[in-house]
Amino acid sequence: MADTLSTLAYLVASVLFILALRGLSHPETSRQGNLLGMIGMAIAILATLLKPGMGVGGIVLVIAGLAIGGTIGTIVAQRIQMTALPQLVAAFHSLVGMAAVFVAAAAFYAPQSFGIGVPGNIKTASLIEMSLGLAIGAITFSGSVIAFLKLAGRMSGAPIIFKGQHMLNAALGALLLVLIIVFCATGSPFLFWLIAILSFALGFLLIIPIGGADMPVVVSMLNSYSGWAAAGIGFTIGNLLLIVTGALVGASGAILSYIMCKGMNRSIINVLLGGFGSDSGAAAAGGGAGDRAPVKAGSPEDAAYIMKNAQKIIVVPGYGMAVAQAQQVVREMADLLKKEGAEISYAIHPVAGRMPGHMNVLLAEANVPYDEVHELEEINAEFAEADVAYVIGANDVTNPAAKTDKSSAIYGMPILDVEKAKTVFFVKRGMASGYAGVENELFFRPNTMMLFGDAKKVTQEIVQALQR
Amino acid sequence: MTPSQIANEAAALSDRAALLAAQAAQLAEQAAPVAAAANPFLMLLAIFLMACFVGYYVVWGVTPALHSPLMGLTNAISSVIVVGAILATGLSDSIAAKIFGFLAVTLAAVNIAGGFMVTRRMLAMFKKKGG
Repeated sequence: MADTLSTLAYLVASVLFILALRGLSHPETSRQGNLLGMIGMAIAILATLLKPGMGVGGIVLVIAGLAIGGTIGTIVAQRIQMTALPQLVAAFHSLVGMAAVFVAAAAFYAPQSFGIGVPGNIKTASLIEMSLGLAIGAITFSGSVIAFLKLAGRMSGAPIIFKGQHMLNAALGALLLVLIIVFCATGSPFLFWLIAILSFALGFLLIIPIGGADMPVVVSMLNSYSGWAAAGIGFTIGNLLLIVTGALVGASGAILSYIMCKGMNRSIINVLLGGFGSDSGAAAAGGGAGDRAPVKAGSPEDAAYIMKNAQKIIVVPGYGMAVAQAQQVVREMADLLKKEGAEISYAIHPVAGRMPGHMNVLLAEANVPYDEVHELEEINAEFAEADVAYVIGANDVTNPAAKTDKSSAIYGMPILDVEKAKTVFFVKRGMASGYAGVENELFFRPNTMMLFGDAKKVTQEIVQALQR
Repeated sequence: MTPSQIANEAAALSDRAALLAAQAAQLAEQAAPVAAAANPFLMLLAIFLMACFVGYYVVWGVTPALHSPLMGLTNAISSVIVVGAILATGLSDSIAAKIFGFLAVTLAAVNIAGGFMVTRRMLAMFKKKGG
């Protein structure tokens, strides 16, 4: 395919990618959007394979790679459980990062293929773009690997902090910058790989101090990085499609990070510096109750009785629901209550779960219709009219201290006004604090009833009581 | 004005026009390498900036309920980096470049297939009331 034709094909693919993202503005159009994305990708791959000068051996190699990778990807995507989605996405980001590193390496060893010079004498501008693509790609790779390990629970979610951490990172960053400048002036292969190794180290060091519950921000940010890496490679090889797509993905990840940070009322810098929170189970249990009103604990039977007579019930799911795999039984409970004449809706906090929109996917998987699921701004005013708020696996996002207590670590964070409901049920294993390490004063309110136990087990017992 | 005068004037004008055209052509010739050197990067940069704006507005239009599928989809399309990988594998004679290209093609392919498939799975689950 002549160059003009392939450029046209890339243009078509770029437009299809934009339309694909546009399709996600509504669940109705989203499936079509995903399809447009696939078509765009197919066009891009075909147009590239049909370029003049492609050797037969090369084409065979490419098709073999596509077949191997495609098969692995399909199998993984079909087998993965929806609760494991965040770590899957993190793993995928690491692959984009690594692919960017490999493409940068290929461009470095065979620059003539991309028309950017000859080995040992590559245009300076291309070297700058190449080293940026390489560094961002490598940081994306190692950062995503750490995010994957933390999300998959193969590494403690607790922040790993040591003295002089930020100084070390800053020094590494500065050294990286110097190396990139020297590399652009000399084009030395040794420096190329040194930049790669340093970037791998930096990606690793940047993510280890960030706690498990801050991972939604990290995953979004790495999503953004993978886009910028693609754009950097796009500049290196002068490819319009890579640049456009990289910009789209980069913007998307940046916006998601911003939304997540706003949902926690923290700045991106604050999140990235890390050290916030610890493993939720590690926080002191029951302590600090002191002279407060005693906590009211109830049984699932009590809860079933109250909910049976309720008109309006709002379910507030959090990450704990996902951990306990309780979404299916929550939906069963909702179905039974609907039969009793109650109106059920779900309230999702922006940072609920371990990735943006995680709760929505889990509820959708449990066959909860998406029009019953609402975002914080949509539903917050309705708690005042609700008879019951059923909080399952959420904690910090319901803490009224965020509105009143200026000394609280979560002060200013937008929260769900569950305390305004007539009765609040809190399904929780114990009195432990949430991720932020802040005690939830909601537990001690007179209209709150604690349902102690595993989220799935408690809800199951309510379902049984309702069926009686 | 006599016809001969007019003819003379016309001839003089056409001479000047020809001279100007020649000068313009010469200028263009001189400018061409400059334009070729400066333009591609600036053009790409312009495209990049425009795409950032398009991305910004399109992504704000995505409903928060679909933010997980958004990540799946952006993950799949960012693997368009496969284009660079294919070029490296297919066009180069260098063994190193071919190996790196092949590895990149394989990794990107995992992502393309995995990203689109997992997004499709997620989106298939979003149903309306009674749907």
